[in-house]
Amino acid sequence: MSARRPPHPDVLMPDQGRPLILVTTVRLIYQSIIVLGVYFLFAGHNLPGGGFVGGLIIGAAVSLRYVTGGLPAVQSTFPARPHLILGFGLVTAATTALVPILLGGAVLEHGYFKLHPPGIGELKVTSTLAFDIGVFLVVIGLVLLAFEAFGDDFDEVIDGGSAS
Amino acid sequence: MFALLLLHLVLGVGIVAAGKLLGRRGFAVAALAPLATVIWAVARSGEVIDGEPVTESFTWVAGLDLTIDLRLDAFGLVMVALISGIGLLICLYSLSYFAADKPGVARLAGVMTIFAGAMLGVVLSDHLIAMFIAWELTSVTSYLLIGNDDTNPRARAAALQALLITGAGGLVLLAGLIIIGQEGGTYLISELLADPPSGSLVNAALICVLIGAFTKSAQVPFSSWLPGAMVAPTPISAYLHSATMVKAGVYLVARFSPMFALDGGWRGIVLAVGAVTMVMGGVRALRQHDLKLLLAHGTVSQLGFLMLLFGTGNDHIAQAGIVLLIAHGCFKAALFMVVGIVDHGAGTRDIRRLHRFGPGWTPLRIVGLISAASMAGLPPLLGFIAKEKALGAYVDYGDFAGGTLVLVVIVVASIFTFAYSARFVLGLWGVFCEDGDPVDDAGEVIAPTHPEPHAPSFGFLAPAGVLTLCTILFGVFPSLLDDLVAAATRALDPGAEPSHLHLWAGVNTALLLSGLIIVCGLVLTVLRTPIEVGQRRISRSTAFIPSSEDVFLAILRGVNTIARVVTATLQNGSLPIYVSIIILSITLVPLGAFADDIGELPEFVESPIYIVLVALIVSAAIGASISRRRIAAALMLGGVGYSMAGLYVARGAPDLALTQFAIETLSTVLFVLVLRFLPAKWEHQTPAIATPMRLAVAGAVGVAIFVFALSASNARSDVDEPSMSAAQIVAALPEGGGKNHVNVILVDFRGWDTMGEITVLVVAAAGAVSLARTGRRRGEPGPEFEEVLDEPIGDEQLEMADEGSVT
Repeated sequence: MSARRPPHPDVLMPDQGRPLILVTTVRLIYQSIIVLGVYFLFAGHNLPGGGFVGGLIIGAAVSLRYVTGGLPAVQSTFPARPHLILGFGLVTAATTALVPILLGGAVLEHGYFKLHPPGIGELKVTSTLAFDIGVFLVVIGLVLLAFEAFGDDFDEVIDGGSAS
Repeated sequence: MFALLLLHLVLGVGIVAAGKLLGRRGFAVAALAPLATVIWAVARSGEVIDGEPVTESFTWVAGLDLTIDLRLDAFGLVMVALISGIGLLICLYSLSYFAADKPGVARLAGVMTIFAGAMLGVVLSDHLIAMFIAWELTSVTSYLLIGNDDTNPRARAAALQALLITGAGGLVLLAGLIIIGQEGGTYLISELLADPPSGSLVNAALICVLIGAFTKSAQVPFSSWLPGAMVAPTPISAYLHSATMVKAGVYLVARFSPMFALDGGWRGIVLAVGAVTMVMGGVRALRQHDLKLLLAHGTVSQLGFLMLLFGTGNDHIAQAGIVLLIAHGCFKAALFMVVGIVDHGAGTRDIRRLHRFGPGWTPLRIVGLISAASMAGLPPLLGFIAKEKALGAYVDYGDFAGGTLVLVVIVVASIFTFAYSARFVLGLWGVFCEDGDPVDDAGEVIAPTHPEPHAPSFGFLAPAGVLTLCTILFGVFPSLLDDLVAAATRALDPGAEPSHLHLWAGVNTALLLSGLIIVCGLVLTVLRTPIEVGQRRISRSTAFIPSSEDVFLAILRGVNTIARVVTATLQNGSLPIYVSIIILSITLVPLGAFADDIGELPEFVESPIYIVLVALIVSAAIGASISRRRIAAALMLGGVGYSMAGLYVARGAPDLALTQFAIETLSTVLFVLVLRFLPAKWEHQTPAIATPMRLAVAGAVGVAIFVFALSASNARSDVDEPSMSAAQIVAALPEGGGKNHVNVILVDFRGWDTMGEITVLVVAAAGAVSLARTGRRRGEPGPEFEEVLDEPIGDEQLEMADEGSVT
């Protein structure tokens, strides 16, 4: 039985000397993308954005990480196992949906309160944010899971794949 | 009443759960339920017979207006008496019939209790839907009871056949009941009776109801399951297949006839089917050697008789039906019990093996004789009263079209009934016993009797004896039943004028016909051997005519073949074909409906940028369809998505555009990840038609979605109420506390939807990942995708099933 098919040469696949420009650029903008994703999560209630988009942005950052460093790079950035992130997100969303029942309200009923942290101004926190965080985590977990399932450790593919 | 039904259910489940702990004592526990019901029925019988039905109502699903309305009227009382009275006796009988150590006996007792509860549900429900649910429950429990011996493939096959036939009939019945309920404006039988609906739709519904009733009551051509069901233990056969479940169809016809007999084809259909069934069952019973099968075919015949009596809509004839219902319950249950005792004591039921056993068997033979005489319609027994009443009613009131013909059929079939009753008695007396080793039709030697046949104990025979006493008592003093039968007749038809029951009504046409039946029956009995030989010869020469059994099997095979062909065509392992079928059906099927709703066309080009973006979308889509490289196709799809996002920007929908951009980016990356495992090109393995096909499918989907969008934007044009989306936009800030309407709707107003969506995401992720991991496990090379697909699915299971049915 033949082993796994070797990656097709058409696919963008860095060789051992990885494209320097890409690697450097990603290193420069990676944190900014993460911040952008988190920003979208928090801004979502009043401006374009939201947990879903935020999660997707983080997912895009993950994919950049993967392209430059392979699976180990992704795994080292997100030490939590993908299914844990996925499950935690789902539980968070479900809890936000159900807690109002315990408090005597309707399912998913929301409240909000205002904070005045120094330097930022008024910060309105709504409990829908918790729900959105759940969505956010589910999307991130999903992307990570997909990379775990279909992605590769480049070194392993390049060294081991051709050898087997 | 509701408490009683619940008692049956709880007790039944409890007995099944207790299982081995109880063994056959399960029947002693099970007896509590019918005992309680009998006591309750007797306590309430006074007011019910006086014409004041006991009612109870219990709201079940308030939103759907589903209630469980229970109603005990006098006809229901007759049925309850049969179900619970005979049920009680069957429980006592089973205590002697079953050996304690046999596995599955307690389960039998438990399921039988649930069945009895379901049967009570059928006759006590005033609400059509509640009745239907109980009706289906009787089918399911009957399946479990027939197939209780799960190691016996014949039992399993017979159980399945009974379930398929009665279940299919049940579905048709449901359709009929719903139409009647909707047309009549009420689902309550008692209200329908006062104001029955009519019209061509109702006539169609009535035919559906009749099909349901015919399957349940084993009428031709649905009768094949009833003799098959005789593989069940005899107490079960005695209870389900003679006294109760098969009466459900008769019950339904009895309830509906006063309302609908004159509508459409109801009376004609019932009479035709009942007549054929009555004659066929009688003729078939005449050539049986197995006493139980003889009774089974006799039951089919009697059910046909009951249909003839209840299906006319005439109150006098229905009154005769009620008497026959009681008489049949008494004698048929007793006869089945007798057969069970013979089987138990002698080890066979085949009359060619039964010789004349010793004096200890005399009480059994007498019980069998009296019950069989009642079946044959001999005075002074209850069966005689019933038959006399039926003949008299048909003579006096059968003046409708075909009435005389039906009377002739009843007389002829009654002659057969007499003959097979006599055959039963002679068999019991050992007249058919053959020396040597008699062989059956298949040429196999019939199992001999026990070397030392043991006579039944008193307790074993007592339940059958009680029923026989009823047969005699009500036969000699029919006035005891007078009030009950009269009240039951009035319950069926409020305008009825029931007459009194007499043992001796003077010399009249009915009596003369009875005499004729007895004389002809005696002649048939004397000529039994040539008749049997002749029947055998006829049945052999007409073997090419498919029996209902053959038809059933042919249908079963046909369904399997169709399923195989459909599966092989649709599920042929080609992913492009799967996807094409799925998207074509979800887009093209509703297309016609959407196309009707297109109103005014909106302004398509609001800005020149639209033209550029649309041109990009179209060319990328065409490129994706005709591309020969997978990776190029994936990138083209990404191009479609990005251009789409551009359109959102142009339209001023930043949220949508943002999401679209992010999704496109990620899905393109994921595409690339997965495509690495597939060949780069696909043209060498696809036929030339593939590209035009892809274009056509893509074009069809595009057109369908376009039409859908047009009709959706127009959907509210003829609705006056303000649209919900407008209300949500207004409420977003004050109620949702957010300025971004899209987000507020997603996480707040429609938060439950989002909850569902992320749950689906999680499930889909788990599924995709585990599928991917089956294909490639770390460290060990897994099977390739193609190999996984080539492996025939389910072959092993099929083989196992085949082996199972052979052993």
